[in-house]
Formats: sequence, C-alpha cells, structure tokens
Amino acid sequence: MATITKNPAPSNDATPGPLVKLPAPGARLATIAGSAVALAGTFMAWTWTSEFPGDLTVTGYPAGLQVLVLIGAALTLLFALSGQGIRGLGWLTPGGANAATRLTALGTLGTIGYTMGAIAAELGGVVNLEPGAWITGIGALIAAVAALALPFDQPYPADDSDPGAWARFRHSLTAPAAPRVSSKLPSWAEILIIVAGFALALIVFTYGIGTEGAEPFIGFLITVGFCFTGANRAGVVSRLTALTHKHRNVALTAAFAAALCFPLTQDNDYFALIGTNILIFATVALGLNVVVGLAGLLDLGYVAFLGVGAYTAALVSGTSSSVFDVQFPFWAAVLTGAGASLVFGVVIGAPTLRLRGDYLAIVTLGFGEIFRITVNNLNGKAGPDVTNGSQGITQIPDVVLFGWDLGQPLDIAGFTLGRNANYFLLMLFFTVIVVTVFRRSGESRIGRAWVAIREDETAATAMGINGFRVKLIAFALGATLAGLAGAVQAHVSYSVTPDSYKFASTAPPNSAFLLAAVILGGMGTVSGPLIGGALLFLIPAKLSFMENYQLLAFGLALIILMRFRPEGIIADRRKQLEFHDTGQLDVPEQRLPPEGGVSATKAGA
Amino acid sequence: MTSNGSSPVLDASGVTMRFGGLTAVRNVDLTVNSGEIVGLIGPNGAGKTTFFNCLTGLYVPTEGKVSYKGTVLPPKPHLVTQAGIARTFQNIRLFANMTVLENVLVGRHTRTKEGLFSALVRGPGFKKAEKESKERAMELLEFTGLAKKADHLSRNLPYGEQRKLEIARALASEPGLLLLDEPTAGMNPQETRAAEELIFAIRDQGIAVLVIEHDMRFIFNLCDRVACLVQGEKLVEGTPEVVQRDERVIAAYLGTPFEGAPGADELAEVEAAEAAAPSTNSRTEDAQ
Ligand SMILES: Nc1ncnc2c1ncn2[C@@H]1O[C@H](COP(=O)(O)OP(=O)(O)OP(=O)(O)O)[C@@H](O)[C@H]1O
Ligand SMILES: [Mg+2]
Repeated sequence: MATITKNPAPSNDATPGPLVKLPAPGARLATIAGSAVALAGTFMAWTWTSEFPGDLTVTGYPAGLQVLVLIGAALTLLFALSGQGIRGLGWLTPGGANAATRLTALGTLGTIGYTMGAIAAELGGVVNLEPGAWITGIGALIAAVAALALPFDQPYPADDSDPGAWARFRHSLTAPAAPRVSSKLPSWAEILIIVAGFALALIVFTYGIGTEGAEPFIGFLITVGFCFTGANRAGVVSRLTALTHKHRNVALTAAFAAALCFPLTQDNDYFALIGTNILIFATVALGLNVVVGLAGLLDLGYVAFLGVGAYTAALVSGTSSSVFDVQFPFWAAVLTGAGASLVFGVVIGAPTLRLRGDYLAIVTLGFGEIFRITVNNLNGKAGPDVTNGSQGITQIPDVVLFGWDLGQPLDIAGFTLGRNANYFLLMLFFTVIVVTVFRRSGESRIGRAWVAIREDETAATAMGINGFRVKLIAFALGATLAGLAGAVQAHVSYSVTPDSYKFASTAPPNSAFLLAAVILGGMGTVSGPLIGGALLFLIPAKLSFMENYQLLAFGLALIILMRFRPEGIIADRRKQLEFHDTGQLDVPEQRLPPEGGVSATKAGA
Repeated sequence: MTSNGSSPVLDASGVTMRFGGLTAVRNVDLTVNSGEIVGLIGPNGAGKTTFFNCLTGLYVPTEGKVSYKGTVLPPKPHLVTQAGIARTFQNIRLFANMTVLENVLVGRHTRTKEGLFSALVRGPGFKKAEKESKERAMELLEFTGLAKKADHLSRNLPYGEQRKLEIARALASEPGLLLLDEPTAGMNPQETRAAEELIFAIRDQGIAVLVIEHDMRFIFNLCDRVACLVQGEKLVEGTPEVVQRDERVIAAYLGTPFEGAPGADELAEVEAAEAAAPSTNSRTEDAQ
C-alpha cells in the first residue's frame, strides 16, 4: 500500500483518479500556497464593526472565528508539507497525508465560508466584508480545490471500475490504517506525548465552552470536526490511542489531571457550572453504558433513576420545602439517593428482565413517564404532599464536607474557586468512581457475562450464565450509578423539579439524549459516552437560537452519524470490526472448506 | 446395552417434546455411560437437535425426565451446565464480537464465583481467580490448537476453527458429558479427521460424549454405541456394526423399500456415497 501512495498514477485512465485533475506536485504546491494565504488573511480585519460576535475588526490580532480558521489553515499547511516529505513532519501523517490535507482544507473552507456567509447575513450584505475575509476565503478555496487534486491515499477498490463523482469524493477522504509500529521513544517521552495530548484536549474543550454566541460555536464545531477527522486519517489519533493503551494508568491520570485543571482555567464561574453539568450528564451516560453498552439492554427511562436519586437526596437535605424534617450529612444523602435508585432498579427490573426482547424498553419508557407524573401529582392536591408537585423541592442547601462549605469560594495557591468550581471538583470525584466501576465490572467474570448475553443470550445461558440474574445486576448497577449522580445534581442546581426528567426535550438530561450520548459516543467504551455527553450538552446550550428546530436537527444529525459512523465517535475494537469488517481483519484469509462452509456459516449466523 | 458395566452419566427416559400438533421427539430413552462416545443419527428433521435441547433445558420436555449422574435435572440451561453437561450448537453460536480467549473464559462462568462486588474491590482472591481462569482457558486453547489466535475476534476465525472454539468453550465448564451437535458439518476430510482425534482425546480425559452427526463414516469410526432417531422415535440402538446393518435404518435414510427394491450392492454403493460426501452436510445446514 505504501508504495502505491508514493507513486500515484492519476494520469492513468484505467484507475479512477481524484475529483480534480491536476499533476500531484502542482496540486500540493497550490495547497500549500493557498493555505498560507488563508493563514495570512486571518491576521487582517474581516469586518468593520464589532457587532459581529468575536470582534473580527482588529488587524494583526486574530480573534474568535479567525483563530479557528487560522488553526485549520495551519494544520492544512502542516499536513501538506508533511505530504511533501519535509523532514521532521513525518510523525504527523503515518497513515498518509493526502486525505488529511483534503479534510483540513475543506474544514478551513467550511469555516471561512460559514463566517463570510454569517457576516453578510447578519450585517446586511457582502459590503460588510473587509479585504482580509476575501483573502482568506480565496486562499482557502484554492487550497481546497488543489487538495481535491491530490492523489488517493489508498488505491480505488478494483471491483468498481467506473465510480461516480460522489463515490470518488468519499473515497478520497479515506486512508489506510496507519501501520502499527513499536515505538522507539523512551517511555518518559511517550508519557509526555500523552500529557500533551490531554492538555490539547483540555484546551479545545475549554475553548468550546468559552465560545460566546452561536456563530463562533458553529465555527468551532466545523473546525474541530474536520480537523479531528483529518488527524484521524493521518494516523496520529491511532498513534496516540496506542500510546494511551500502553500507558493506561498514565493516560487515566492525565485525563483526570486535565479535568482537575479545568476549573482553574475558568475565571468565569458560569463556565464552571456548565462544566459541572456536563460532568453530571456524561457520568450518567456512562452509567447507562453499563446497561446499554455492556449488557445490551435498552433502557428508555434511564433519566428517572437520576430523578429518584435527586429527589431522595433533596428530601433528606434539610431544606424547608421538604416534608421530612431531617438533614443528612452529604455522604449519607448520596448513599440514600443511590440506594433508592437501586431499589427502584430492582423493582422495575425483576419482573421485566425475565422476558426477552423489547419488553424492557417499553416498561422503562413507561416507568420514566410514571415517575415524572407521580412526582408532579404528589403535591397535596392530587395526592399526598411529598414533592411539592410542579414547584419541585427548592432551596436545597449547599454541601458541607468536613466543615468545608462548598457554597463559599475557596482560595488555593492564588486561585479562587467559586461555588460551581467546587461542585465541579466534587462531581469529578463521582465521575472517577463511575469510571472505575465501569472499567472494573466490565473486565471481570460478570462483565464478560454481560457481553455474552448481549451477543447471544441462548448461547450464554447454555454456558451456565443465569441470564436473569446477570441482567438484573447490570440494570440495578446502572440505576445506582444514576442515583449517585442525581444526589449531586440536586445540590448543584439548588432545586429539583419534575420537568427536568422527561423522556425527550430540547435540553439535557433526558432519556433520549442520554441514550444518544451513549450511541453517538460509542457503546461499551469509557471515553465515548463522556465525549458524547459533553457534545450533546454543549450543542443545545450554545445553539439555543434553534429552539424550535432543535429536536429535528438532533434527529437528522443522529441519522447522518449512524449512516457514516455507526460505531460512534469512539469505537471499541469490537464495534469497529463489527461494522467495517474490511481491511482490518487480523486473521489472514484462509481457504474455507468447499461450498458447504460458507453457506453453513451464513445459516448459523 | 450397558455392556461395559460402568455407571450411567446421562439417563434420559421417556422424553417427549410436542410443538402444538407436531411431536418432534416421542418417548425416547437414552443412556450414556462414563467413558463412552455415543452417536445419535437420523435423517433431517428427525428430532435430534430437539432432543439435545430437551437434555440441556433449552426446551422443557412435554414428558419424561433427564437425570445426570443420578440426579434429575431441572429444565434450566444454566443449571444443566452447572451440573456438568456442556454442549455445542449445530449453527455455530459463538460470542462473535468477543475474542477467542474471552469466549472460553465465558465458558468458565459456572466454575468461578467472583461476583460484582469482588470485581469492584479487586482483592487478591479476585486476581488469583482471574489468573487461574486465564491459565485454564489457555490450556484449553492449546488443547484445541487455537492458542495462537487467543486475541482474535471469534467472528474472524475460519469455519473449522469456530467449531473447535465452540468445543473449547464447552470444555471450559469442566463437564462430565459433552453434547456435540454436528461437529464436522461443513468441514473438509482433513478437518473431520482432526475433529475425530480431538473427540477421542476428550473421551480420554474422562468426559463422556454424545454426538449428532450425518457423516456415517465418522460416526461408525468414533462411537461405541449408536442410536438412530426417525421421526422423533428411537428406531434402533446398538454397536456401530448392528446399526450399520439394520434394514430399518437404511430404509429410513433412503426411503421405504418398495416392490422390487434395488439390490443390496446398489444400496451399499449409495450409502457409501452418502457417507463420503461432505455436501450432505451443507444441505443439512441449509435446511435449518
Ligand atoms: N421450536 C420449534 N417449534 C416448532 N417446531 C420445531 C421447533 N424446533 C424444532 N421443530 C420441529 O421439530 C422437528 C425436528 O427438528 P430438529 O431440528 O430436532 O431435527 P434434526 O434431527 O436436528 O434435523 P437436522 O439433521 O436437520 O439437524 C422438525 O420438524 C422441526 O421443524
Ligand atoms: Mg439438528
């Protein structure tokens, strides 16, 4: 494969070539020149007024969307130079540079195109664009067109001799898997790379949270989406993943440290609140991943367990709006919340998990709604007064841990941590617990039994697994983890109301979003639901102007993602092989027995 | 028939399985003694797999009882495996997206105790048990010749190796009786020979084997005793020589002889052809 990458034959009419026909060296030079021009343009003013979000009027100092375009153009330049064979850049593109260049060039063009469009639309006409925007736009256009002329990273499959333009375009964005090499770096250097990787992730994440206004956030999504895919095609992502697998504990610690640093990077306590809510949402998604991803049980009412935990903790928190006149210490409130969720999990699970098929989905969907409606009705009028009905339980006091009131700002080493930052750290502690529980239970006798049940329930029971028991454990564990997060959530948000625990609504957490976070992120993985949760929390929060169309857009996005990447953003090895079983077979082709073998495998599937 | 006088491992008596109006298995008695390899043959749709499902608790037999080493088995698959009967499936049912090693480790489920709590705490007991399980699983992969592929996903194994892996997974539950449902279906002659060796080796470990197969040469080579099932009823049972020569068995496989039935030598020819042809097996598979 590598030899073909180096000797492309675009002029050969027999093999399908790239979309744009240009000699490869010229195309690469044009890409480099175009992205350099685009990069230069980001230092100029793009518009005359600071009314457009992110102040794009200053020359010599890129801001907002300009920074994003700058990064995109710089990456394009780097990938293109690496494709040119510049020494010292080879590590960037172990899997091939051309698809990565194409993707980043397209991403840059997308961001600048979107920006120019948004400026023109918002300020009323193209006259509002300063020359800087035009220079960048034209540079990005040249780079993108020239990048489309770069040769394929992997030859077009021989069986399709006359592919259409769309097929060739899609093929031009693929790259072969990077060859696996045993790294010769000393381990401290590898660890340093991991740390740098997580620091970068933290910066990207903080940038995303900090974007003000919808336009910079959309630009952020475009840039990150294309650049991440580009880096993926280039093979750096898989290199980094291989390193994190090698130094797993270092990676986990680095991830934890990066998360720990997050509140320190925020001078605005509001962003820390967003961070806390993301953490709660993502943690609950990870808990759901035990149920859905490992055991393969479809739970459509998972958010109700979050609600049970939150309400229970609120009732024993000592607030005056609770009917119980007790004030549990925080740890006891958390345990009570988790315990109540556990009880509900067992009560819901025990009768339904004996059945196969979709009964569980229906029952959990019903339970989710019953929980919300019941809580709404326990208001003293329709039923006994327990939960204050739709008013909810309010004025939940702040958590006091070892005499430290989390509601008060905390000063450590020159940093001031506001209330929300304190809660972020508290929630981070629970996230670590849930991650540990997920990993440890997944890699054990019980975790293997869950996966076996998911794969083939009949075979699993024939191997001696008590299906009902094992599924009930998964379901109850998932419920308990949600209850844990719910207890913290009640304190973070001061109040609990029934309407925050719906099946579907435009804002997380709700059952549909939780399920989507797991599926989008990647079932059965740790990082998948965390990333999926963060995305699904941020997108509705930042794009609130779409309000009425949010669920529609959400549905469309899900369909598109499932079409092009069914295994989710983070694929575990299994899923990746399940959905794309070409190219990656780690088993060499072997002769199957004549005729009988193949048909029998099919029949046995 | 229990000529060698050893104690019965499996004792099924009067097993009947009805699906609505259809009686798939009718009043079948069968015993398997320790150290024995018993074959179960019969034309397609005779009820062999259904009988296996009744033995292993996947179906609750309409009538009859199954006992293992003297205790009556409850019709729950996991309890049957716990008691000591392991099986493979006619249509391979591996955990496709688990690795080869993980598949065998799942087979160890009944022989290990660690629950969720000890998995979370990860005490020394847990680590020791995991290590032992892994070692035992690797031994079994060694035994079946799959050790090199321990880290591969089981779905990526070639067909013959998937059958072997199913056997390894079944052996992981340390059974006293192994039920094999057409273990050589779809295999080429060399693979079939290797499977034969493997089954003898399993028997030599003291595990009794009950095997369904359409490949007559394989069955008559392998088994100490053969039972023939036709339309849910046990037609004959006996040593391979007896069953091989039984008119009713031949008739069941080739259809009832009519007036002026073909000569004996013609019959034998057809039978030999059938026994040799692996394509018979693939037809069987497609019928499922
Ligand atoms: N779950 C079921 N419901 C209804 N009928 C069934 C069921 N399982 C099996 N049968 C019927 O019982 C009969 C026996 O089937 P079985 O699969 O046991 O045959 P077999 O001897 O294993 O055949 P083969 O050699 O093709 O594997 C068939 O007629 C089949 O259609
Ligand atoms: Mg059968």
